[in-house]
Order: sequence, then C-alpha cells, then structure tokens
Amino acid sequence: MNHPVENQPSSTPEKRRFPWAVAIVTSVFTIGLLVVLGLWMKQSKVTSLEIGVNVPDFSVTTFDGETYTKSALEGKLILINFWSSWCSSCDEEGFALEEVWQEVKSSGDIVFLGVNYVDTEKDSIAFIEKYGLTYPNGPDLGSKISRIFKVQAVPETYIIGRDGTLAAIKIGAFESANEIRTLLQEAGQE
Amino acid sequence: MIANIGFGLLVITLVTSLIAVITAVYGVTSKTRAMLETSRLAALSTFPLLSMSVAALLALLLSGKFEYVYVYQTTSLSMPVYLKIAALWGGQQGSLLFWCWLLSGFTFIVLIRKWKQDHDLLPWVIVVTNITLFFFMVLVLFFENPFLKYYILYNGEVITSLFQPFHAITAHPTDGSGLNPLLRHFGMVVHPPMLYLGFVGFIIPFAYAIAALIEGRTDDRWLKATRRWSLMAWLFLSLGLILGSRWAYDVLGWGGYWSWDPVEISAFMPWLTGTAYLHSMVMQDKRGLFKHWNVALIILTFCLVIFGTFLTRSGLFSSVHAFSESQIGPAFFIFIAVMFVASLGLLLYRWSSLSSNYQIKSFFSRESAFLYNNLLFLAIFAICLLGVIFPILSELFTGQQVTVGPQFYESAAGPLFALLLLLMGIVPLTAWSTSSARNLGKTVWKPALLSLVFPILAVVLSAKNWIAVIAIWLAALVICVTLYDYIRSIRLRAANHHEPLWKAFLTLTTRNRRRYGGYIIHLGVALMGMGIIGIEFFQTQTQAMLKQGESLDLSGYTITYRDLQITDTPDGRNVAKAEISISRDNQELKVVYPRIDYYYDSEQAVTIPGLRTTLADDLYIILVDWEPVTSEGATIKVFRNPLMNWFWIGSIVAVIGTLLALWPSTIRKSIAKEEA
Amino acid sequence: MKIKNKTLLLVAVAILFSCFATPVRAQEITPTVSDDEVNRVAQQLYCPVCENTPLDVCPTKACAQWRELIREKIALGWSDQQIKRYFAEQYGGQVLAVPPLQGLNWIVYVLPPLVVIGGIYLAITIVKRSRKSVIPEETDLVPSPPPASETVMEQIEKDLQKEERS
Repeated sequence: MNHPVENQPSSTPEKRRFPWAVAIVTSVFTIGLLVVLGLWMKQSKVTSLEIGVNVPDFSVTTFDGETYTKSALEGKLILINFWSSWCSSCDEEGFALEEVWQEVKSSGDIVFLGVNYVDTEKDSIAFIEKYGLTYPNGPDLGSKISRIFKVQAVPETYIIGRDGTLAAIKIGAFESANEIRTLLQEAGQE
Repeated sequence: MIANIGFGLLVITLVTSLIAVITAVYGVTSKTRAMLETSRLAALSTFPLLSMSVAALLALLLSGKFEYVYVYQTTSLSMPVYLKIAALWGGQQGSLLFWCWLLSGFTFIVLIRKWKQDHDLLPWVIVVTNITLFFFMVLVLFFENPFLKYYILYNGEVITSLFQPFHAITAHPTDGSGLNPLLRHFGMVVHPPMLYLGFVGFIIPFAYAIAALIEGRTDDRWLKATRRWSLMAWLFLSLGLILGSRWAYDVLGWGGYWSWDPVEISAFMPWLTGTAYLHSMVMQDKRGLFKHWNVALIILTFCLVIFGTFLTRSGLFSSVHAFSESQIGPAFFIFIAVMFVASLGLLLYRWSSLSSNYQIKSFFSRESAFLYNNLLFLAIFAICLLGVIFPILSELFTGQQVTVGPQFYESAAGPLFALLLLLMGIVPLTAWSTSSARNLGKTVWKPALLSLVFPILAVVLSAKNWIAVIAIWLAALVICVTLYDYIRSIRLRAANHHEPLWKAFLTLTTRNRRRYGGYIIHLGVALMGMGIIGIEFFQTQTQAMLKQGESLDLSGYTITYRDLQITDTPDGRNVAKAEISISRDNQELKVVYPRIDYYYDSEQAVTIPGLRTTLADDLYIILVDWEPVTSEGATIKVFRNPLMNWFWIGSIVAVIGTLLALWPSTIRKSIAKEEA
Repeated sequence: MKIKNKTLLLVAVAILFSCFATPVRAQEITPTVSDDEVNRVAQQLYCPVCENTPLDVCPTKACAQWRELIREKIALGWSDQQIKRYFAEQYGGQVLAVPPLQGLNWIVYVLPPLVVIGGIYLAITIVKRSRKSVIPEETDLVPSPPPASETVMEQIEKDLQKEERS
C-alpha cells in the first residue's frame, strides 16, 4: 500500500500521519475475533450440565407415538438414559435398566425416559426388543435434547429431581442394577 | 538417569531463554555491550542444551524404556529403528520439544552468521525468538513433559509423574502401545518435521521484521537478510503439505488427496500468506513498494504458524474443538493474541515511516499485478478463515452445529485460484512501470493462442464441464507463457553471445536463479493445477460386491476380482490381500493388490489401495468392508483419477525450482555486498 | 375352420396371459439399490458422530447403519434432497456438507462474494491513489537503487523490448 509521501528529505522529521482507516478496521476485526474465540473457548470448557441447574424444557416422542414433556412431569423423579444401538457399552446396562424400571414404575412417582442418540429407527427398535425395554424410548430429533445435556458420548444417564433441577449424572454404562437404585435414591432424597 | 538429565536441561534452557530476553532488552536500551554479549551467549546456548535433551529422549525411545509415558505411547518392541527415531515427533510432547529444538537451532545459525552485520537488529531478534521459545518451553515443562514416568502407588493406582512419589514404585510395562497404524507410512514419518521446519523457519523473518520496526528502520535490510530463510521455510511448508496429501492418497482410502478439514486448512493458511509474502518481497526488493504489506503478511504468517503448530500436531485431531478442549489451548490463544496485537500495534506506530518513494503507474503493470496477487492470496485466506471460524460462530450464537465442507471452499476459492493462474500466466510478460492493455496483449497473444490447444483437446476428448475447460486453458496458459518467455530469452542470449542453446540455457538459468527458479516453480504449480483439475472435475468412481472371477467396468476399464489371501503377519496384523486385474479392450494392463490390514493391538483397520498410475490417469482400487471380505465375495471400490500423476510430477518440478532459487549466488556476492 | 379357431383360441390365451404377466413382474421384482447410488448420497452427508468424516468413507458401525438407511430410502424412491432433509431433521444440521439456509447461515453464503468485491475495490483504490500521489523531485532522492551493475537480466529485457518495438 502506498501513501503519498509529502515532502521528504530524510533529515527533516516526518509528519506523523497515522493510518486511521487501517487501524480502525483491523482493530475492530481483531477485537471481534478475539472476543468470539475467547467466549467460545470458555463455553467449550463446560463439558456437562451442572448439578443443581434448572433443566430447560424438552419433549420426547416415543417410537410408539406418545409424547413426554419435561414440564408435564414436574414433581416426579425423571431418569433420562441416552443410548444408541451401535454403542457396545449400551448393551451392558440394557437389562439392568429394565429391571429397576419394573421395580419403580408402580410408584407413579418415578419416570424412566430412554433417549435414542443419533441412531436409525430399525436398529433402535431391535435394541428395545432385545432388552425388553418397557419404559418410553424415543429418538432425539435433531439432537436437540443431547445438546441440552451436552452429551459427549453414549451411554450417559441424567436424573432430574422433583424440583426440575439436575440431581445426578452418570457417564458411561451402569455396572449393576444396584448402582441405578442407589443413584435414584440419592437423587430422590434431595 | 538419562531422563533426569534430559529434564534438567529443559529447566536450564527455560531459564537461559529468559535471561537472553532480559539481557537483550537491557543491553539495547542501555547500550551496554557486556549485556548484549551475555544475551547472545545465552541465546546461542539454548541450542546445545536442547540438543542434549533431545538426544536423551531419543536414547529412551531407542532403548525401549516403556516406564516412560512417552516411550510407551509412541513405540513398541516390534517397531523398526527408523520409526522409533520418528517417534521423537510422533506424539504431542516429543513434537513440541522437537519444535523448540528447531527454533533454538535456527536462532543459533542466525546469530553465528549475522552477528557482525546486523548487530543493531539481532538483539531484538533474540528477544522475539526467545520469547517464543520461552512460551513453548513453559508448555513442554509444565503441560506436555516428555519425561513423565508411570508409577504405581501403594493402593495399586497407576499415575504419571516426573518425580517418584512416596510409597510408589516405577511401573515397567513390557511393551509399548506403538504408533497408530495410520501413521506408519513414509509420508507421515517425514511430513511433521517438514511442516515444523517450515513453520519455525518463518519465525526468523518475523523476528527480523519486528526488530526493524522497533529500531525504526525503514530500509530493506530485514528483508534481504531473511530472504533465504523465507524461501527455505516456504519450501519445507510446501513439502509438508504435499507429503501430507500423498499420505492421505496412499493410506486413507478416500480416493483423494485433500479434504478441506480444519487441520489441513490450519497448515494451508500460513502457506497462503507465506506465498503472498514471498512474491510481495520482490516488489520491495526491486521497487521499494509494499513495505506495509510485507510486514503485515509476515506478522499474519507468524500467528498462523503458531496456530497451525497446535492444531496439526498429531493429525488425529480433525476439528477445531481440539483447540478449546485441550489444556494448552487457552495458553496458545493468549500467546497468539498478545503477539498479534503487539506486532500490529508496532506496525501502526511505524506506518508512515514505511512509505515508499515509488508509485504504481498503471493497472496493467508488473507492480499492480503483484498488488492483485497479494489481494487474491489474502482473499483466499479470508475465505479459509471464514470456513474454519463459522462453525464456532454458529455454535456460539445459535447453539446449532454446522459443517462447512469442501463445497464451500471449492466454490468460494476456486475462482480466486483461477485468477491466480491467470496472473501467473500473464505477469512474466508484463513490463515494469508502464504497460497498457494493448502492450500486454501484443506480447501475450502468441503463447495464449498456443495454450488454446489444451482446452480444445479436452473438449475433443468429450470434456463437458465448461468451468473445467477454462481452468485447463488457464493452467496451459501458464505453461505456454512461461516456456515461451524462457525459450525466447535463451534464444536471444544465444544469438547475442554466439553461444549454443544449451550453454545459453545454463548461463541464463544460473545467473538469474531467482527469476528462472521462479519460472520453474510456476511451471510446477501449473502442472499441479492440471492434476487438480483432472481429479476434481473428471473423477469417476464405482463400487460393487464382486464374486471371485466377476468384474466391473469403469470408464472403459474392466476390473476383475481374481483372488483373495488372508494371512497373519509376524508384526501383529491380519492382512486380507486381493488380487485384482485391470484390463482395457480385453488386454490386461496390470495386476494390483489392494488390501486391508487389521492391527490386533490397536484394533484398527487400514485400507491400502492398489494403484495403477499413468500420465493419463490413476486407477485407484480399494477393498471396502461394508460386507466382510471373503474369498467368495468382496466389495471393491474403484476410482479413476485423470491426470493425477501430474500433481506429484508438478510438485517435484516446483521443488527443483525452489532449490534453484535458493542456491547461493557467488557472483552476486561479489557485486552486491549486502547480499544475504 | 376348427384349426383356425383353435389357433385363434391359443393366440387369445397367449395374449391374455401376457397381459397378466407384466403387472406381476412389476410387483415381484424390486430393483436393488447399487452401492454407487448409496455412495452418491452418502458423499453429500457427514457422519453425525465422528467429526469431519464424510458418510461414504466413515468406517464405524454406526455409519454402516446409516448407509443402510440411505439404501432403504432410495429403494422407497426418495430423492437425494429428501434423504438429506430427513437426516438433517433426525440428527441436526451438522450432517449436511454445507450449512442449511436458515438462521445465521446466510453469512457463509454472502461473505465470500463480499470479500471479492472488497478486494476489487481495494485494488482499484490503491492503484488510483498511487498514480495520483505526488513524488518529490527525483534530484534529492533516489528510489531503491537498482543492482550495482547491469545484470544479464536487464540486458535480456532491453533486447526483448528492442525486438518488440521492431
């Protein structure tokens, strides 16, 4: 870029002409970029929803066509389990979850919701039948629910307390039905 | 013991680089020679110190001391020696140390060679290089230490630590986990050091530019002193990119060489600004123009180099998310931000003193062509930056995740690359200062006419895509114009000096290495362009499940699945190798052996293609495991990549051209004393 | 007469049967979807789970399932557009190779042409300003000095210019 040089034998002091246009444009752009990147980095550090935070409303429509909305279930303990048919760890907890569900479903106070994460309908239904899951299971359309809970991988389980805030998190497969019972109890006591 | 020495040396280097910075600043501001000498010695000594530390790490790698975390993660007993050496840069910690070693080495060379001539600039060069070195050493020492060991605590837990904790014993794994099988390719072994040589190489001209800004120098000294550094850095960066592409072509099994993913782009962006810088330098050299451009471009290149160093590290991070999710991401972010803002501030402060006494006189002159060149490269860079940043913006402001794929880059940057080809074709024939469109037309029309042969040929060979035909014409234009000018000059010289043509060619080339080196590089780039046009516009592919003996057809070729062999190799792989015959018009052309290597230890499969390469096209055949590969039937995928080989040929030509341009000129040295 | 009638009867029966044959054929045979067709669509999509991996080359089990899903949809007669839209609805916009035309995404489509226009504007402005700039008397100042002696190159340039003028 050439700016006209007004008068210049190099011995006399130059008239300082500050490049205002360039300075403003580059500063705005740089600051904007840095702010955006900084915000993004801070946001990415939060890898999961925090316990005690109010969980935003969402709804799941099961493969059978029923819809469950979080706000409609207020006052109940909600266990949300994210799973996929192609995830090998999910196989480990399928039976355990159904077992505990059979125990708690009569109380009417606890709800199990299975959210199918990024999966195909055919294989998901096969998975449900394989483990005889009777609690509601539905696909996460557009991955919206996974985004609320900041799901990084499957399986992950979240328990929403009766007051609508997040009470417990389990990353990875449950090792036994007992583990599920314990987690439910702890969450229910809050 | 060795590790302790290695680690201790790292600590000493950290302190030494800090001393170098402090004494350099103090020495310059107070004009104390003793201080300056101390800073010089401190900066110099970082190199032998780091060399010994690197040697220590190498010793650990070669002797298979798997109690060291880094040795465990990057080597295994069955690895050949050359891969164990390559493990030095195979993992995060080692590659960062390697990077530091390169920086200290380059600083060493500059200090040894130039202390006398540039004694006013070099203290600031020490400051810049050693601040960078200090930053990276902090990362190595406190976040990514290669000398960590595995220890078993009293409760059975295994931890990693530098020093032995209480009540813990050293763990002794019997074997390492070895290198990711995808990385066991020649290209992948050489590609990281090439990239790093390129990245670190650009730090030297940057340091000189900052030094010149601080000292208020308005002349070309910093540019002339680092001209060869810039060219060398560019050479290695280009080689790194090309080798990475070759690796992708050979090993990833995607049928292509470049997929516009953020990691590739982060290494490509400094190449873009670096290439613009190399060209723009010529203008400052010959006409004193573009001083602001050159400083701005080298600042950009430096920042992009630091960003690229982080992101390209292992080739296994394929997203920008790696930047934010790792521990050292924020540190890099702050470093780049500080350096960029400080450098930009300096440039703005010195802006008016950098003006030139010359002017661009015409829209069609060589000077304006270089301006367009700068603008085009910057525009392509801006588009790449947009593509990388946009998913971040989207996630931040709308919570929506989006992918910006190759289609975006190709449509947005494609026309700009075409314009660059046009410039490459026309500029050798532009004149300095004044040129009108008519003058230009007069000189260009002959080779331009000749170049039309290529697109016409393409159309005759039934190419229907008019964009591709234009692109072919542009690449051909570069080739024809460059050769035309080259041959014309040779003949002129031969006539004037009564020399045989070959002698004229040699004299001309060796006496004007920069110019003709440049011509040869452009020829190489145009050939690469032909290869890119071939594969991007005219690639055909097909896939089918074949039983033994069956064949499929693609673009006139018949590909027959003949046989399959499944074996277990002694180095822990299960290899399914197919015998595939390629024929055309009932004549067998070649037999190739695509295979799938399944590595037991890492449970990963690598697809190796069977390749038939000619100048006209590549036939790229892979085994696909959508269904299991058995001797009854296997799924075969075939790509036909027209003109692909010209990409690799062109890259070799470009490298030769660069080496020529780099070659030290003994004649010039005696003529112009200030030559680097 | 009798033979003629018989032949006519045979022909009539044959025609009758052939009329039934065609509809039956259409019901029995469903055209199999080739791998190429699956690839054609998969190439335009990205794996919902792995980052930056196109669906046709992704090696995971999940991707194999998704390719099968594509195959089913093609067999049902869905167009490429419909399949892509289905995937985006199911899994989110990141499976598409270019950001869908909604919300903030117009930026990605609008900025590149703006960059080009900006570049052209800069080119014109800079050259114009440089042409207009006043250069001080050449007597005091020397522009960047040419190399100390006339190089071979300059000789060639001179010769070339001479040749051009002739």
